[in-house]
Amino acid sequence: MTVRERLREKISAAFYRHGLLCASYPVPIILFTSASILACCYPLLRLPLPGTGPVEFTTRVRDYTVPSHEPQGDLGERPDWYRGPPVAYIQQVLVKAAVSPWDSTLVPVDVFRSPLGRVFSLLEEIRNHVHNDGSGVRSLEALCLQVTDLLPGLRRMQTVLPEHGCLLVSPGNYWQNQRELFDSDPDLLKTVHQHEPKGLHTSATLRDLLFGVPVKHTGVSLYSRKRVVTYTITMVLGSYDARFLSSLRARLRQLHPSVNCSLREDHMVHVHFKEEIGMAELIPLVTTYIILFAYIYFSTRKIDMVKSKWGLALAAVVTVLSSLLMSVGLCTLFGLTPTLNGGEIFPYLVVVIGLENVLVLTKSVVSTPVDLEVKLRIAQGLSNESWSIMKNMATELCIILIGYFTLVPAIQEFCLFAVVGLVSDFFLQMFFFTTVLSIDIRRMELADLNRRLPAEAGMPPPKPGPLRPREAPPPPRPSPYTITLQTPAFRNLRLPKRLRVVYFLARTRLAQRFIMVGTVIWIGILAYTDPAGLRTYLAAQVSEQSPLGEGGAGGLPPHLGGASVFPGAGGDPASTLSVLPAPAEPTPLPENQSQGHHGAPREGVPHQAQAPPLVPQISWGAEDEEGWRRLSFRHWPSLFSYYNITLAKRYISILPVIPVTLHLSPREAIETRHPQDTRHPPPPSLKTNDLPADLTFIGTYGEGSKQVINPPSLSRVAALGLAAGVLLVLLLFCLYRVLCPRNYGQNGVAHGRRRRGDLPCDDYGYSPPISEISPLLLRGHSMDIECLASDGMLLASCCLAGQIRVWDAQTGDYTHTCHNLGGGTEPGGGVFDEDEGYPLRRRTTPRPALFEDQPDLTPLIDTNFDSQPPSHLLLTPPRDGFDFGGLVERAYLEHEPPSPGLTASYPSPSPPSGPPPQRRRSLGAVWAMELRGNLIAAGRSSGKLELWDAVEGSLRCSNEDGVSGITALAFLNNRIVAARLDGSLDFFTVDINKPLGLLQYRGPPGRSNIPPSPCYSSEDVISCQLTRSVQCAHQKPITVLRAAAGRVVTGSQDHTVRVYRLEDSCCLFTLQGHSGGITAIYIDQTMVLASGGQDGAICLWDVLTGSRVSHVYGHRGDVTSLVCTTSCVISSGLDDLISIWDRSTGIKLYSIQQEVGCGASLGVISESLLVTGGQGCVSFWDLNFGDLLQTVYLGQSSDGQGVRQLVVLNNAAIVCDFGSELSLVYVPSVLEKLD
Amino acid sequence: MPRLEEHCWSRSCASRVESKTFSGGNWVASRAEEMMSIVTTVLSNAYGSLHSVRAAHLIRRGLVLFTVGVVLALVLNLLQLQRNVTLFPEEVMATLFSSAWWIPPCCGTAAAVVGLLYPCIDSHLGEPHKFKREWASVMRCIAVFVGINHASAKLHFANNAQLSLTLAALSLGLWWMFDRSRSGFGLGIGTAFLATVITQLLVYNGVYQYTYPDFLYVRSWLPCIFFSGGVTVGNIGRQLAMGGVEKLHND
Repeated sequence: MTVRERLREKISAAFYRHGLLCASYPVPIILFTSASILACCYPLLRLPLPGTGPVEFTTRVRDYTVPSHEPQGDLGERPDWYRGPPVAYIQQVLVKAAVSPWDSTLVPVDVFRSPLGRVFSLLEEIRNHVHNDGSGVRSLEALCLQVTDLLPGLRRMQTVLPEHGCLLVSPGNYWQNQRELFDSDPDLLKTVHQHEPKGLHTSATLRDLLFGVPVKHTGVSLYSRKRVVTYTITMVLGSYDARFLSSLRARLRQLHPSVNCSLREDHMVHVHFKEEIGMAELIPLVTTYIILFAYIYFSTRKIDMVKSKWGLALAAVVTVLSSLLMSVGLCTLFGLTPTLNGGEIFPYLVVVIGLENVLVLTKSVVSTPVDLEVKLRIAQGLSNESWSIMKNMATELCIILIGYFTLVPAIQEFCLFAVVGLVSDFFLQMFFFTTVLSIDIRRMELADLNRRLPAEAGMPPPKPGPLRPREAPPPPRPSPYTITLQTPAFRNLRLPKRLRVVYFLARTRLAQRFIMVGTVIWIGILAYTDPAGLRTYLAAQVSEQSPLGEGGAGGLPPHLGGASVFPGAGGDPASTLSVLPAPAEPTPLPENQSQGHHGAPREGVPHQAQAPPLVPQISWGAEDEEGWRRLSFRHWPSLFSYYNITLAKRYISILPVIPVTLHLSPREAIETRHPQDTRHPPPPSLKTNDLPADLTFIGTYGEGSKQVINPPSLSRVAALGLAAGVLLVLLLFCLYRVLCPRNYGQNGVAHGRRRRGDLPCDDYGYSPPISEISPLLLRGHSMDIECLASDGMLLASCCLAGQIRVWDAQTGDYTHTCHNLGGGTEPGGGVFDEDEGYPLRRRTTPRPALFEDQPDLTPLIDTNFDSQPPSHLLLTPPRDGFDFGGLVERAYLEHEPPSPGLTASYPSPSPPSGPPPQRRRSLGAVWAMELRGNLIAAGRSSGKLELWDAVEGSLRCSNEDGVSGITALAFLNNRIVAARLDGSLDFFTVDINKPLGLLQYRGPPGRSNIPPSPCYSSEDVISCQLTRSVQCAHQKPITVLRAAAGRVVTGSQDHTVRVYRLEDSCCLFTLQGHSGGITAIYIDQTMVLASGGQDGAICLWDVLTGSRVSHVYGHRGDVTSLVCTTSCVISSGLDDLISIWDRSTGIKLYSIQQEVGCGASLGVISESLLVTGGQGCVSFWDLNFGDLLQTVYLGQSSDGQGVRQLVVLNNAAIVCDFGSELSLVYVPSVLEKLD
Repeated sequence: MPRLEEHCWSRSCASRVESKTFSGGNWVASRAEEMMSIVTTVLSNAYGSLHSVRAAHLIRRGLVLFTVGVVLALVLNLLQLQRNVTLFPEEVMATLFSSAWWIPPCCGTAAAVVGLLYPCIDSHLGEPHKFKREWASVMRCIAVFVGINHASAKLHFANNAQLSLTLAALSLGLWWMFDRSRSGFGLGIGTAFLATVITQLLVYNGVYQYTYPDFLYVRSWLPCIFFSGGVTVGNIGRQLAMGGVEKLHND
């Protein structure tokens, strides 16, 4: 566990620093990344464009006739392109030549000089062969394909390829088919090599063309182990003559018999070259591409909250695509030419590599607090996701590694590409995408700054601590919040199984070890199975390393000793074999024989030289039968294209090869030597030891002829690549050290708003990622908060003491108090506000130590019908201890039979304290409050409606038309709807005696979805008139009242919901469907209406038709609150459960268990962010997955005060009550989403 | 050359799950209608008064799934033929559409049934599928499924066992990457089993045949393809059931 933690911390720290680097130097890094992309893609220029491979068809030679042009009906398996004569017939003479027996006096050049020299006599033989029968005389000249001219632009080939006459290519073309030139050539390999293209190899080089076999099979090398030279003489025939060819075959066979050759000679292969891709192949391809684009579309659609969505999406796609190109380029560079059809595997590669990391990065970065500096945001976002990114990458590598061990070549190749692609993708994500993201975030911040400047202009200079209490009194509570960022838990919640596996892997470092071991094994396999690589080397070395050699080579350096020491005489083959280790066992048979040839027939050299057939040094295998298959499939097209002949949609016929075996005696080899060949003899000391081994010449011959070594084999490429990678890493590290000053993390601190000293950080400026959500505590109320109202700019709160305080919702500044004496219209009303009779100015509120001074708490009833279920009111005794419940119940009873006329003057017959005290008391309690514009509408328990000026704190007007307590208020535009305890509904109109044009509009336009509320200035005379009173709106007390979109919806104890039109107070619908009292209603601008009742049922209604859309039972007990988003319905109940329902289907998606007593407070900040109140904390949830994102503690941990009310403000802040305090919590990550 | 024939027949319905036996096109079609209406009524009864809304939604989902199934069947069939098309073509165009016409509709119907069953079972089990519920993931899933088919069609394996094992591993990987629910696994297994049995029966009755059957009468990798097909279609179905408003991207 500690290992994991440490690893995780290290990764996090590294990512943090890397993020700082990227955000600090965006332009150089982007330039660097682009340069590396271009560099890695450069090899792709040499790669031919992907196309479809050639198609084969095999016929028998015996009864071959040139197919006719006309389709001949049903001819069985004949493909439709097999029609008409081919472009050409290819007849190859495959020559295998060896100097046998190998004499120890020979030098390495002898391996191929004399065998190659024989090509001229063979050519002579072929050219001069004439077949004569009754029908006439045929020669090659008559049959072969006559070529005229090389394509212009191939001047360098001019000396090599035939320019007129027969198209007949052989290695002799290097020397213009002249023996004299060959003999006078001092360095054959140099001649061969000087025609090779420099740099990377394309698929068909000149060497391939002339030799006719792949380079590594030619044996024309100083280090050839087999000492067999293989090449072909390729004749391109324009017409087919079976008799001529068979006579030529017979002639060559007679001259150079191949004893053990059993090649089949009865099949000719027709190869058709394609040009276009057919429909049938195209459709699946197109489908996969469509799926790919859909994937990219749906992925990039999730990017939001950034400045330029399209820019980032483009960057993401560019990242993935260029990583793919880089992977192909790198693979090509290291010699792995792709044989897979690139177009086909490309979509799968993209899908494997995926866009997820990019999205995760973006999401993580944009959810960091916006008030941080950009580079800190980038760094923090990166380090937050570092662990998951690394984990995912390790998992993917692991999966790919497993795929690699399926040992299917195609899958292996795919995996190889995918691995390189993944790594380069990671590289690009880290460098390219992160930098682009930082640029984007910076742009956004600039725009954001411009927009927010006016709002923040009045902000005081930043306070030192993260906690900014808005309260003047000195003793601030020390660090009254703790923050827990629960990224791991958040992950845990979603993917427990995968996590457990991956954690296990990470804990035991299984993945790393597995990958390391796998890589080592893989490299080992590659090196071992490579024909030119380790295996033959080992075999040769071990066979040469015999105990007898040790004496002779004692003085030699060890690296030469193993290779060069060979027993001069008396070497025992058996003992040599006995020391062969296991790797030497599977060496192919011919090699063994040639090896054996060295050891055993040492004494009989002179005799065997005279008897060549006795030495079966040259073997013919099945692979020689169709040796052209080992060539690139572009071999023939490129040969013909030199003469401007296209093979597209045409075919050529390849005739069976004519095998020719040449055994040359050592004497002949020595005779054909060029004087220069012996210029590089083995060192004399070795020569005396009779050492023919090739490795000796590395030291002496190597410098002059570096270019003639074999094409780099895979093992060498791998080693080179490894070394290059290590070097690159070291270089980057050094650059990083040089480029990055150690203190750029602190640079931001010097003028930043945050004091880093508070956070644990090392001297690199790295600090563990923390969340920056800090609650702002608003203090001032002396008792518990009862009502909360906000219009986005101002925030009004009312406590149990009846005191209304107004705060600035943006900054949390305390504005003033509306107290009951302020208006001066109620002489008897301010009994408990005397001590606050002076006007309070901002930030000067003394800490109210008033609790003891409160003379009378009896009117403080905990009856907020807005947020509390009525059952609570009815069933539980009031907590302050006085008996008011009976009074309320009686009031219910009295008004149950509607008696509108009597209500006003009805005296309560038997209240315990008599009507006057009740009247007097009821003045104080504010049961409902609404805030619009600058007006606060407060409904009191006495039935009085008051309008306060929120700015000045003065009472503007009041209305005492009703006597029944106002349980709920709705304030929309200039109308106020008040629901009363007796079930009646009053509609008031607020009139402002002021021309409408002078109304000032306030509030940030466009920020909120409600129309900006008019601002009432203090000069206006405001009157509030009762326009209509619906006396018996409900049979029982109205418990909920909501207004939106011109509708007023009331819910009552009488199990019904009523919908009124706001303009004319007309009742539109009475919605029946609940089997209990209505306890919660939700309606919003889009006319979504949901209601919840005491029966635990939730109904969704169609407001336009009044029909019930959906009906679910969700809770045991009352539904306490309801919120809808566009996709789901969120409900909470008395059972402390928050349930999330799919709005369209009514299926319960999931539910969240809340703490006891906190179930009712919830709010939706954005489409995917839910906030709920808890015991002393608020929690943020991801609505889509039900994951707990974050918990913000409001005060000292767990002092047990539940959050009972919670209001979401327009500026993505939430306000909740916290005992006698208010808490303002900004949610920074959704700040931009509202735009 | 014999492989061509084998693939023509074997792949013609391998891409999609068959939940019913096909003995004749008409019969299958009617059976499918019946099945779908049964499912519809069951679901709509469950949701009581919301019958009309629910049924309409269900039918729309079913149609989308049907289309997806048909398209996938055609494409994957083509993919299988392509193996021979590209390298050694023989009478390509003749065999392209000559394989039974009723197979794509059957595949579509089966896709609709399976795709509707998945969310239904989810809701009945009471464990809603919450893993990676987004279209991007679904697209990835489809791409991987096509890739599995591609691999089975295009790659040359040493022997059948290797091919089957590789495909089985790939299918399990698909499930683990995109589903990870027990119900999904169970349903996938059930689908694979049922479909394989049905194919066996069909082959036994001579409706079509495999040239190189290595597992009773069919190829041994068939269940893997069925399994991954079931999981993929289930994924689509769940996504459709979840976000009814979102339309499936052009596919």
